[in-house]
This record gives sequence, C-alpha cells and structure tokens, in this order.
Amino acid sequence: MSDTKTAPAPGDRTVIGITFGNSNSSIAYTVDDKAEVIANEDGDRQIPTILSYVDGEEYYGQQAKAFLVRNSKNTVAYFRDFLGKDFKSIDPTHNHASVHPEDVDGSVSFTLKDKEGEDAAPSTLPVSEISTRYLRRLVNSASEYLGKKVTSAVVTIPTNFNDKQKAALIAAAAAANLEVLQLISEPIAAVLAYDARPEAEIKDKIVVVADLGGTRSDVTVVASRGGLYTILATAHDYDFAGAALDKVLIDHFAKDFAKRNQGIDPRENARSLAKLKFEAEATKRALSLSTNANFSIESLAEGLDFSSTINRLRYETIARSVFEGFNRLVESVIKKAGLDVLDVDEVILSGGTAHTPRIAANFGAIFPESTTILAPATTPTAINPSELQARGAALQASLIQEYEAEDIDQSTHAAVTTVPHITNAIGVLSVSQSGEEVFVPIVFPETAVPARRTVVVAAPKNGGDVLVKVVEGNTHIKVTQPQPKANGGDSKAAKVEDANSDEDSDFSDEEEEDEEEKREKVWKVGATLAEAAIRDVKKGGKVEVSINVNADLTVTVTAREVGAKGGVRGQLNA
Amino acid sequence: MATTLVSLPLPSLPEGWAAEKDFKPIGKITKDGATQRTIEPVGPHFLAHARRARHKRTFSEDDRIQAQERAKNVEDVDEGEISEPEDLMMLQRDAKDWKNQDHYKVLGISKYRYKATEDQIKRAHRKKVLKHHPDKKAAAGRSDDDNFFKCIQKATEVLLDPVKRRQFDSVDEEADVEPPTKKQLQKGNFYKLWGSVFKAEGRFSKTHPVPQLGDDKSSKEDVENFYNFWYNFDSWRTFEYLDEDVPDDNENRDQKRHVERKNANARKKKKAEDNARLRKLLDDCSAGDERIKRFRQEANAAKNKKRLEKEAAEKKAAEDAAAKKEAEEKAAKEAEEKAKIDREAGKKAKEAAKNAVKKNKRVLRGSVKDANYFVSGDAAPATIDAVLGDVELVQGKVDPDELAALAAKLNGLKLADEIKNVWTEEVKRLVAAGKVNKSEIKAFSS
Repeated sequence: MSDTKTAPAPGDRTVIGITFGNSNSSIAYTVDDKAEVIANEDGDRQIPTILSYVDGEEYYGQQAKAFLVRNSKNTVAYFRDFLGKDFKSIDPTHNHASVHPEDVDGSVSFTLKDKEGEDAAPSTLPVSEISTRYLRRLVNSASEYLGKKVTSAVVTIPTNFNDKQKAALIAAAAAANLEVLQLISEPIAAVLAYDARPEAEIKDKIVVVADLGGTRSDVTVVASRGGLYTILATAHDYDFAGAALDKVLIDHFAKDFAKRNQGIDPRENARSLAKLKFEAEATKRALSLSTNANFSIESLAEGLDFSSTINRLRYETIARSVFEGFNRLVESVIKKAGLDVLDVDEVILSGGTAHTPRIAANFGAIFPESTTILAPATTPTAINPSELQARGAALQASLIQEYEAEDIDQSTHAAVTTVPHITNAIGVLSVSQSGEEVFVPIVFPETAVPARRTVVVAAPKNGGDVLVKVVEGNTHIKVTQPQPKANGGDSKAAKVEDANSDEDSDFSDEEEEDEEEKREKVWKVGATLAEAAIRDVKKGGKVEVSINVNADLTVTVTAREVGAKGGVRGQLNA
Repeated sequence: MATTLVSLPLPSLPEGWAAEKDFKPIGKITKDGATQRTIEPVGPHFLAHARRARHKRTFSEDDRIQAQERAKNVEDVDEGEISEPEDLMMLQRDAKDWKNQDHYKVLGISKYRYKATEDQIKRAHRKKVLKHHPDKKAAAGRSDDDNFFKCIQKATEVLLDPVKRRQFDSVDEEADVEPPTKKQLQKGNFYKLWGSVFKAEGRFSKTHPVPQLGDDKSSKEDVENFYNFWYNFDSWRTFEYLDEDVPDDNENRDQKRHVERKNANARKKKKAEDNARLRKLLDDCSAGDERIKRFRQEANAAKNKKRLEKEAAEKKAAEDAAAKKEAEEKAAKEAEEKAKIDREAGKKAKEAAKNAVKKNKRVLRGSVKDANYFVSGDAAPATIDAVLGDVELVQGKVDPDELAALAAKLNGLKLADEIKNVWTEEVKRLVAAGKVNKSEIKAFSS
C-alpha cells in the first residue's frame, strides 16, 4: 500500500536483532524488555549462514548445510566476511567445500544454478545479492514467528568492519526490505545482553569478550563504566576458531578410518571430507554437553561405514594446541590494552565455540579467582553464548525503535560518541587498620566524561572533623617473590625422595603452587587534587563523596555527611 | 549507578587545617590526563549520555527532566480510559441475561470495543470492581445487590478469553459502521464514509494488514488490491454467540442433538448471510467508486485509442486509395479525351495537309505547265515527260512544308525563266542536302 522503499515510521516498526555471522546467524526479539532468540521454521536458533539451490528451490540454514555434502556446487557458505570487500582481499579458505568465490571486476561473486531445469544457465551472483537473499529468509522466519512483518533491525558486526563493509551490509539489508536501525559491535552486543539482565547491576568493570566463532575469533577488551562501553583493544584471529577444532576431530577420525581400512584417507575425497566435517561439528557440539560422543558416518569413503566414539579427555588432548591458541589470543589482547589479567573483572564467552568447557576452564586458569568467567561451563547462570549477540542486538533494537532514523544518526555521530576518557582514577584517601593511607577509587580510569560517581565512606569511629582528600591514583601490579624456604636442602631431598614415589605428580603441583610468585593489583596514590573538611561528624557517621567530572575535565567535588544538612562543594578548573 | 559503600574510615582532620568554605583546590586534571576514545553507541546508558550531550544537559538536569517525563507518562495512561458515564438502565440489568449485554459498555470501554487491549480490559475491570463490589454496597446498606457486579464479572470473563471475545466481537453490532446512504454520499466524502465501514469490517480479517479504501489519489494497483482483498475476504466471524442454549440434561438426547443441529444450521445460514451482506457492501461501494469508473474509462480510452488509431489509419488508407483511384481515372479520362481531340485534330490537319500537298503539287505541276515545260512552242512529249518526271521526283523527295514553301515561291510566277530558276534552285538544294541524286534529275540539272 504505502511505498515499501521509504523507511517505516517509528511507531509502525517491528524490530528484531540480527546476528549475521560468517558461520551462523541468529534472530532475536524482545518481549517485556527481555530478549528472546527466535527459532526458525526448522527449530534452529543458530541458523547456518548457508544458502543452497536445488532445482530452483532455495534452502537456507540447516537444510542448506546438509546440502554441502550432496549439492556443494550450488551451495554458498561463509560469505558474510566477503561483503563489501575486493576480491583480492578475501580469504576463500573456508569456501573450499562450497561454491568458490569468483572475481568479477574486482568484486566477489558466486556462480551457481538457482533456477529450475536441468539445462538452466547458472547465474553469477554478487555476494551482496547472496546476502540479501539470506537476510530475506531470516526476516521472513522472524516475521512468521512474530506474526507481523518485520521492518527494521539492529545488526551486529565485527569491530573491524570498515565503512565500505558497513555500507554494503546496509545496502544488502535494504534490498531485502529491511531497515537497519543501527549496526552495533558484536562484543558490545554480548556485554549488553548480560547487562540487561534484571539482576545485573551496573558496575564499573573491565570486560573481556572472547567471541569464538566458526571461522574467526575476536577478542575485545571493553571498559564498562556506568553502562557506557569503550573498546580498549581488539584482536582478530582467523586460525584459532571452531573450524580449527573441527579439523582436529576430522584428522583424528580420518586417521582412525585409514587405520581400519587399509589406509584409505577419506580426506582426499571432497564428498567424504564434507561428511567428515558435518559429523565433526556435531561431535564437537556433543562433547561440549557430555563427556562422550559418537562419531558415525554411513558410507564415509568407498562405501565403507565408519563408527567410533571419543571422550572429552581425548578430545581435549588432541585439540590442546588450539585451546592454547585461544589463551594466547586473550592474553595478547589484554596486553595490547595496556592492562593485566588482574584488571579484568569479567570474561564473557560468546559464539558457538565458547560452549567448549575446556576453553572456559583454561580462561579460568589465566585469570585470578576474582574474575568472573561467564560461560556455561563455569557459571551456571550464564546466557547461552551463541545467543548473546542476537539478544544484545534485539535489546538495542527495542531501545531505539521509537527514534527517528535521523535521531539515531545524530546520536551515534562521532561528536557524541568521541569523548575524553580519564587516564587516572580519582578517589579519596582513607585509613586502613594499620594506619596506612589507602586509596579508595571513586572514578575509575578509562571512564568517559562527563561522569558522576558517588561513594559513601565511613567516618572515623569517634566522629569529629574529617578530612576528605581527593587524589588521583593508578594501579600497578605488585609482584611478591616467594619466600625462599628456610631449609632449602631438605625440600630438595624431599623432592628427590618423592620423585621415586608413585604420587610425584601430586606433589610437584603443590610445589609449584608454593613457588609461584604472588601478583596483586595495588593502587598507587598520585597527585592530590583537593582537600575538604567535614566538621563535627557524628559518631559512627558516614560521609558521602560525589565526584563529577565534566566534559571539559573540570571536576566538581561534593562531600557531606549522610543525613546531615549542608556539606562542602568545590570545583577544580581544567 | 548505585553508590558504593566503603568501610575503611576517612582520616581525621589534621590540626590547624583551614580553608575558605572548608574546600582547598590543589591539583587539576590536565589534558594529558585524558584520552579521546569512542564510546560504543549501545545500551540505555549511552542513550542517556547522547541525550545529555545533544541537549547539553547536566546529570541533574537530565534526571529532573526524565523524572518529569516519566511522571507525565503515568498520568497519560491513567486518564481518560474509563470515565464513561454509567447508564442507569445498564446498572439494573439482570445478570442472567448476559448474552444480551454489551460487555464493553458494562466495563465502560465502549469507545475501544474490539480495539481494547487486554491490559485495558483488566484495568477497566478492576476499576469497576472497586466501584461496584457487593461488599461496598452492603456497607452502604444495600445488601444482596450484586447484580451489576455479576454483569461485570461475566463481561470480564468473556472479554479476557480470546475465544469467547471473538465470538462476542463477531456479533457486536455496536462496532459496525452502517454503510452510507445515498443522501449521505451526495453530501459527504465517499472515501471517508466507506473507508470507516471497511475499517470496521476489517476487524474480522484473518490476514493483516487489511488494505484501506484509500482516496481518489490511490493508484490503480492499490484500488484493485483493495477490492480483490475484500472480494476474497477471509473472515473469522462466527455466530456461535447467538446459539440457542443446548439443554445439557442427559434426559433427552434427541432434543439435544436437534438443538445442536439447529444451531449449526443457524450459524451456517448467518455466516452465508454475512458473506452476502459483505458482498453487497462491496458491490454498492464499487458501484459508487469514482476511481473504478475512472480507471475503466482510462483503460477503455487506452484500448479505444488503439482501436481508433487503427480505424483512422484504415480509413485514411481507404480514402487515400479512393482518391488515388479517382485521380487516376480522371487522368485517364482526360488523356483519352485529349487523345481523341488530338486524333481528330490530327485527322483534320492531315487532311488539310493532304489537301495542301495536293494543291501544292498541283501548283508545282501547274507551274511547269505554265512555263510550257520550259520550251517555246509545243513541247515534245519527251521533254514534258522529263520535266514532269523531275517534278514528280522533287515532289516525292520534299516534305509537305518544303512543298508548301516551294509552291509559295512558284505561285504567281508566270515567266518560264523564273519558274525554272526556282526549280533549279530547289533541285540544287535537294542535291546539296543529299536527298536527290544528281543523275536522276533530267530537266533541272543545269
């Protein structure tokens, strides 16, 4: 009726969140401020980003994935990352088992038969057209689920998407009659999904988002300050991802098969390899949930069936190098952000590969006890890692659906989003039991200004006049070397002795623990900013200190006794 | 953000510390103390940040404005929803007669009707319950007055059950918009009047969105879409609500089945009637729809245009052909006439020329005779023969014009010498022209 090309009015929008991934995509909507991931007509919440054509019929998702074995010539997979890129800058590794990308005037295209009939001419479709068709299917299943035509969406993108890729994605969505309200970063969507839980409280924290996908892993360090998110560092890795784990399993079982069948290597046949890959993914998933998994393929190669089992321990052993790769990736990005593992308050595991229990356990070993690892294996209340981003996108969509497109544009403009972040913490000095000065942070480093923070600090036990000393502070890592053992000779002897006993492994663990250096995060007091006095505080009273850092870096300090009138207020000019 | 609580105490004020207003600024945050970074435009707190940044509000200003807006929102929701006056007749209703009661009116949401949300119904119910609860009436001294309260409960029961509500909405005639009469149509806006009718009918549609009638600017496609939709209208309207009560005693099964069958038939009949009614509505509407006429005219015009053009072309071709034929005929006739005239004229001229030639020949012959064949005395027959032979020869060689010229020269001449001169010259000319062989000439060869 109305022109479909024009953007819908804010009131008429039906919005969803879309995670358009390279391997899998998800769609989510919000109901009563809670995000729910939509299952498509096949009942999948993670919908493989694959399109397949059989006799002119279009299949997508899990159905299309099954066609990778039988109809690989007309099945397109792993195309999201090619969107908006030149042919020369793409990595076609993962497209080996599906339609290969082609160079058409520098842009990426795929040639496949998408029309009915045996002798129908194959079409050459640019990646944008493939994306449009895929997005259209996603939107259709969301529309069917919701019973309303979906008009608009928030779509998640990796942090390293450039403007051209963003524009290409928006154009592809527009061609599918979908208004893109906003493109948001995948890690931020994951953080938002956690922060939007009703039980979550907004704290100042450093979050590491490890988005471990099928073909790529992206790790991001995010400073979450009063609900504002700032990305401090990112790392992208295309080697350590789900596909690498699949490969480990494929190799393992292929060797097993060869051993049993006179050295026939199923990896040499494209179809057998596709079958192996399909089953390896399923086995990998099963191993995330249980300790044992079957691996069976009918007619794997040369008509020979194959059936085997693997337990989780074995899997973790053979995939160890990949798991270690994830560890290194996370450590490197924290270093890149100029932080230490001790600075990290939360680790969010996102993406399909994040279901793997070993990865979460490994991360738990890197980070101190105080760090929360948000993964299903370590935190029972964790949100399904595969659904995080779609949920975040849906939440953002519900937040901005009432806004005019122009309003959204203006709000996301660099003039609004680029703000100073203070380098040093601002806090007050309090006194510890031993009488030392202790820095109490009020505004944490990397807080975006303007910022307002308030703390309530106890007054001295006896009350009276109180000094509020506002100072800058920063952290450093204090390394305490282990105390050399008094009787070194003895321990050595004990070690030798124990090495002979059967339980040496246990003992050496203990030993290591003892010898490990102790690392702590301590606040170092920096320059003094201001001093204020609160007079005649009651016995057992409390003092509320509130610090307001304005956009021009002027600081307003307000201090007052809780429950009393008046107070002290002063300003520091920038 | 929640304020954090720190248990470690603040230090006591050192002796002798003093400052103006108890505040002593010492340091400041320099530009080096801050890094320009981009915050991610995501999440509710960012939206708050953007709002503050764009409207240049401080934290406290923004808090205040937001609080105001929220407060207003709550008021908006509350007011105006359930403030319909209660009809005294309605309050007297017998709860047993619930089938005939207007549930929306009982709850005071008759202006919303099928558009009322579940939330609105719940709230309306609550409000009515607070007002009409029998305990309150009992407190006012009127015990056992729970009639209207039962009506309220029944209305809520019906309206909060999606199935029952549909059944009631199906027969809720209050929500119908009567089709406009001819009189109204003459005065009022066709599209507005019929538009509201179809908007009301659209509530029964199984598919959404329901296309609207539009206005006279709607495109042909939209109009066709509208009529197609309505002629194939998929309605959920049912008439179970009007069913006769089925006796539920187990005494008489036949009676029960009879009533059930009757109800089913009645429903079917009513549904058919409803479909017929809708069809009639559409027929009436489309009959009066100027757009359809216009589109038909336009289509006809387009079709006719082609036909007319073709016809015109054919006509023109025929005319052209006729004109051409006529012209040809005319030309042929003219040519014929001309030829006739020419022929006649030629005949005459020929005759004249013949006569002239004869005459001239006579002149020629006469001239030599006049000259006595260029001899004195009686001419010998041989001479005469020679001269006449020459004359014959010359006559045979010259064309009529030369003959005429020769005759003119000879005419009137009496003297033999002169005549002979003329002849000799003529012969000479002919010889020079190669028409006559010199040897043939006998008399005039000199």
